[in-house]
Amino acid sequence: MQNNEKRPISTLVTGLILIAIFVGLLVFINFGTSSYMQRIVIGLCISIILVVSLNLSSGFTGVFSLGHIGFMAIGAYTAAILTLPLSLKGAYLPDLPAWLETTQLPFLPATLIGGVLAMLVALLLGASIMRLTGPYVGVATLGFLVIVNVILTNWDSMTRGARTFSGVPPYTNIWWSGVWTIVTIYVIWRLAKSSYGRQMMAIRDNFIAAQSLGINVLRMRLLAFCVSAFFTAVAGSLWAHFIQSFSPKAFLFVETFSIITMLIAGGMGSISGSVIGAVGITILSEVLRNAERGISLGFISIPPVYGASQILMAVIFILLIIFRPEGIMGKRELDFSHLIPFTFKRAKRKEVASQ
Amino acid sequence: MTSLTPLEFFIQQAINAISIGSIYALMAIGLAMVFGILRLINFAHGDLIMVGSYAALFLTIAGVPFWIAASGGIVASGLTGLLMERLAYRPIRGAQDVAMLLTSFAVTIFLENMGILLFNPSSRPFSAPNFLNSAFTFGALRVNSVDVIAIVVAGILLVLLTFFITRTELGTSMRAVSQDLLASRLMGININRVFVTAFGIGSLLAGVVGILWSARVGKIDPLMGFYPVLKAFVASVIGGLGSMPGAVLGGYILGILEILLQGILPASLTPFRDGFVFGILIVLLLFRPNGLLGSTEKEKF
Repeated sequence: MQNNEKRPISTLVTGLILIAIFVGLLVFINFGTSSYMQRIVIGLCISIILVVSLNLSSGFTGVFSLGHIGFMAIGAYTAAILTLPLSLKGAYLPDLPAWLETTQLPFLPATLIGGVLAMLVALLLGASIMRLTGPYVGVATLGFLVIVNVILTNWDSMTRGARTFSGVPPYTNIWWSGVWTIVTIYVIWRLAKSSYGRQMMAIRDNFIAAQSLGINVLRMRLLAFCVSAFFTAVAGSLWAHFIQSFSPKAFLFVETFSIITMLIAGGMGSISGSVIGAVGITILSEVLRNAERGISLGFISIPPVYGASQILMAVIFILLIIFRPEGIMGKRELDFSHLIPFTFKRAKRKEVASQ
Repeated sequence: MTSLTPLEFFIQQAINAISIGSIYALMAIGLAMVFGILRLINFAHGDLIMVGSYAALFLTIAGVPFWIAASGGIVASGLTGLLMERLAYRPIRGAQDVAMLLTSFAVTIFLENMGILLFNPSSRPFSAPNFLNSAFTFGALRVNSVDVIAIVVAGILLVLLTFFITRTELGTSMRAVSQDLLASRLMGININRVFVTAFGIGSLLAGVVGILWSARVGKIDPLMGFYPVLKAFVASVIGGLGSMPGAVLGGYILGILEILLQGILPASLTPFRDGFVFGILIVLLLFRPNGLLGSTEKEKF
């Protein structure tokens, strides 16, 4: 506990620095770059929200969920149904219940409702599966993903079934995604560093010891799972209003795998790691996708090989697990406080004084 | 088509259920074997089906008789499984459960995209020879030969497997390793040999399933392994992950459950069948967190 005195200040400083950098970047990207770049950054923000919230339930409580994309789907569809313009609703979803048929909500309430709905589903699901352990949780959450997919594909009156759900208004921009990213990271950071977060990590690190200290395992896991589901659904809503037309197929295993790759690459149990993982993998997959179209290196040219980027990602993932299973950050967090001598000194002095 | 008497209808559905159950059971054993000794849920097991089916298809196209083509497909599955073990799973042996599970996810993505790249994403007809494609009729009762063959093949393989597991030295060491890896190692069991055997047998079984499945469905595509492995997964969880008798039991239960749901659900709900299956699975896990025949060791709660 020797860093006890230093931590609040260093966390605050690190946080403020990161937010400042982030906002600066957003301003720069919004005004200074192409729309291609802006789209990548919006996608990146959504990925960050997804990875950070998956990290809360998987990295901090050790309950590995393979079904989080199901919450994303719930958020996406709920919010999209709520924001769809009334003029389109009649034509697209003629069989909606009357009260939904005549409702059109702004972006924020629709997103929040999607999030709360996902949270309720998580509460129900979690209350049953959080008692399971290890691989069984994975199987059960995977089952949840399949159930969500089956419902979306067949509930024609609400979701248009397997057909594309389109006409969603393009509300998501740099600002919405940026602000939601900051909110997500802030809330999850605070949660992880609170006594709740400590309890969660205790459960992850030593289940029996945590239990015998009187930690309510079920409640902690549920808390993490529900908060995580909320933000995952928010990301789903952002994604729906960004991509504008989608079908249930979008919320399956490819998406699940890419989020998990980011989580593992960054380091499970580190929030800054999640962000780094999301950024790194997004850049990597963008580069690979461009390379897929064929590279010309002057004298040698590689023909386009479609699907190669996925294959390479899979290989990279396996190599990562073999050679660096703890990811880039492990369980550590970024800490910039040593860059600022003032705060460091003050912390030191306090520590000495308290001895 | 003449209408069936209730008894005939029952027999028809029972054969259907047992045949699909046999296929699930064969798949689930492969999963259970690997899980039992390695604690690895091998997602990529389903893609072995794909590899085997494509190999068999190409051999048939090349003009090889079906028996040889089918055997070739099964061997191709087996070799791919061994390769998988050597390249992806052996280096991470002993890692956390989750890390291994994710690795198998990655292997799946790798194999499926390889399949798309090499074989073209669109599906191809899988032309099985006549004896797999015909149907016996008894009055109004119509039984597909592939269903009967699936039941028989599964029966034979299960007997052989039981013999192997209980009576041979390798089979015994396999059971020992699944009980306690460290102790078996100390007793001088060559665990690498055990791992290779488990993967080999599991993959060969996947190859057999591939041929049966493709003959049943009539077409193959690079993502074809996905649903079978998901079902096998459910089957082995029902039975208790890692328990081989459990896997077989789970496979048959799942087959019967599916046909039953198909029969009793109202028509408007039948598309939701897979959802119900998983729903039942989650409920079952609530009451038997380790499956029906899984170890009853009280791990948590």
